[in-house]
Amino acid sequence: MTIKTPMARALGLGSAKSGTEHWWMQRVTAVALVPLSLWFLVALLGLEGFEQAAVTAWIAQPVTAVLLLLLVGALVYHSFLGTQVVIEDYTGGATRVVTLVVIRFVHVAVAVAAVFAILKIAFGTAP
Amino acid sequence: MDNTNRPLSPHIGVYRWLITSTLSILHRATGLALSVSTLLLAAWLLGAATGAGAYQAVIGFIVSPVGLLILVGASYAFFFHLANGIRHLFWDAGMGFEMEQARASGWSVVAVSILATLILWALVIASGS
Repeated sequence: MTIKTPMARALGLGSAKSGTEHWWMQRVTAVALVPLSLWFLVALLGLEGFEQAAVTAWIAQPVTAVLLLLLVGALVYHSFLGTQVVIEDYTGGATRVVTLVVIRFVHVAVAVAAVFAILKIAFGTAP
Repeated sequence: MDNTNRPLSPHIGVYRWLITSTLSILHRATGLALSVSTLLLAAWLLGAATGAGAYQAVIGFIVSPVGLLILVGASYAFFFHLANGIRHLFWDAGMGFEMEQARASGWSVVAVSILATLILWALVIASGS
């Protein structure tokens, strides 16, 4: 038995809290990734070879660096949200908790590594 | 605790094959494959930022038979996930829910993803790298 009103229960519990945010951010990042990923693909096709000098010169251009940072951000966020749902659907108990933590660590590490690499090249301190 | 006779949901084997359910699980599979491929993207960027030796190691792996196989697979996964993802976004907007529409959009995703992959690699081979 509860003396709470239905409204109080709805506000305090249930999927109306962070569940919507997860679903919504998965769509927002998906919409962002449509132009960003297509730009990345077309840009790669247009590169003059894949020698390190050519690649770093391309990444060092401000427009490239900014778009790459946006791509990495949206991509890793979208990947984390999607992987999280898959884990929650197919695992349970301790396996679920451990896998979710590992997956979060990996995604943060990948994002930090990629962002650091882009900034290092863009600010001209790459060898 | 005597509830072992509870009804169970039907095993996956009793369902007949459907394009819609096949694309649904493929969306997950390609999504996970792309998540793994993101490691390669990060390695490529990190290699470029680290130096000639590290960069050559990454490129060496990418142009190896295993690396190329991953790249071709990732490109198909990308086009599939992109096309089917757009199909999902239309559903989120409340469009294309009729069975006939869902089947037609599903087959379009299959056609577009295969065609786009073929065109991409034709362009790559034509460019000679």
